Amino acid sequence: MKVTLWGTRGSLPSAGPETVRYGGNTSCVELRDRAGALIVLDAGTGIRRLGSVVEREIARVDILLTHLHMDHIQGFGFFDPLYRPGLEVHVWGPPSTTHDLRTRLTKYLSPPLFPVRLRDLPCRLHLHDVPMGAFAIASLQVHAALVFHPGPTVGYRFVERERSVVYIPDHEPALGARTFPGRPRWTSGYDLANEADLLIHDAQFTEEEYEHRVGWGHSAITHTAKFARLVGARRLVTFHHDPGHSDDTLDQMARRIENASTPFELMPGQEGRSFTIGA
Amino acid sequence: MAQREIEIILMRQLASYLTVPIFVVDPAGTLLFYNEPAEGLLGRVFDEAGEMPMGEWSTIFRPTDDEGHPLEPDALPLVVALKQRQPARRALWIVGLDGVPRKIDIVAFPLIGQGNRLLGAAAVLWDVNGR
Repeated sequence: MKVTLWGTRGSLPSAGPETVRYGGNTSCVELRDRAGALIVLDAGTGIRRLGSVVEREIARVDILLTHLHMDHIQGFGFFDPLYRPGLEVHVWGPPSTTHDLRTRLTKYLSPPLFPVRLRDLPCRLHLHDVPMGAFAIASLQVHAALVFHPGPTVGYRFVERERSVVYIPDHEPALGARTFPGRPRWTSGYDLANEADLLIHDAQFTEEEYEHRVGWGHSAITHTAKFARLVGARRLVTFHHDPGHSDDTLDQMARRIENASTPFELMPGQEGRSFTIGA
Repeated sequence: MAQREIEIILMRQLASYLTVPIFVVDPAGTLLFYNEPAEGLLGRVFDEAGEMPMGEWSTIFRPTDDEGHPLEPDALPLVVALKQRQPARRALWIVGLDGVPRKIDIVAFPLIGQGNRLLGAAAVLWDVNGR
């Protein structure tokens, strides 16, 4: 599998000189299987640049949404492949308890918020309420599960030849925990992230910021590190950076959790960075 | 060790912050958790009692009606909520594991998640004479 980060910012795009190294686009990750099948994780503003480099000959694209907060769908209508007649595009995402994915997504992708309606897109669009549990896309085994975040939100685990990539961009596993981390069976996201080769995980806040934002659905970077240690992740990519955090702040946050005893390789999520997992 | 369903984890975390006694079971009826206020009614701290199957918790507290007649498990609100997937309420007597009889009012409700998944059930216990 090959993973490329196209947007690592959370909540709101944050372009500016203070964010040029880590990037200002919101959540979007490109995942390719061994054969080159394209899976797009979330449709934040980072998806626009990804769309501009998707090969013309590709026949199918799968877009997997973790949830429908604006920073994860804002770029959807600007994904160039949606406007290619005949291209098969499958969008997967969580329904709510009362509305399916199409109904929920249409609330944004229709006037007055967006000029083009879903039904008017030239591609062959298929919308799927993401199944809880395992399913397959191309050569990948995909596992989706609900995680702690306001509103229906899933994380994804992708497995190819026993190597795994786990994507949980918005997650507050410490919510309500008397001590964190607690026991694995009582920890949100544990099964998804267990022994991940690459874990891409929410690390929006500093510990001090988190104290004033409990329940917002995001993690302090220290919680992220503890979660990665609990699940036995081999590599951790911190993700969903706060829009108010400059490059220097993100450097400092990473330094605070990185030490000789950290049992995983730490890589702060940086727009444009790529990782190869497995051969 | 498999992770619990997310809704069950949330239910447990919520219960741990409430002063109302709460009792949570999984779809098979296995007791997963009761909170500190419930420990006072049931007469034993949860960490000592631990998880237990429905066949055990439905009899260990010796539930009876007002006349002292033993109640079958299927007459207990939590079992009704789980098996019939509907809320249930009943007042009954139990004998706590500390040996003290107490009359409690129980309101039980099923925990049903997206996709109509039965995740378990929860019960609010109310000490009729103590509150």
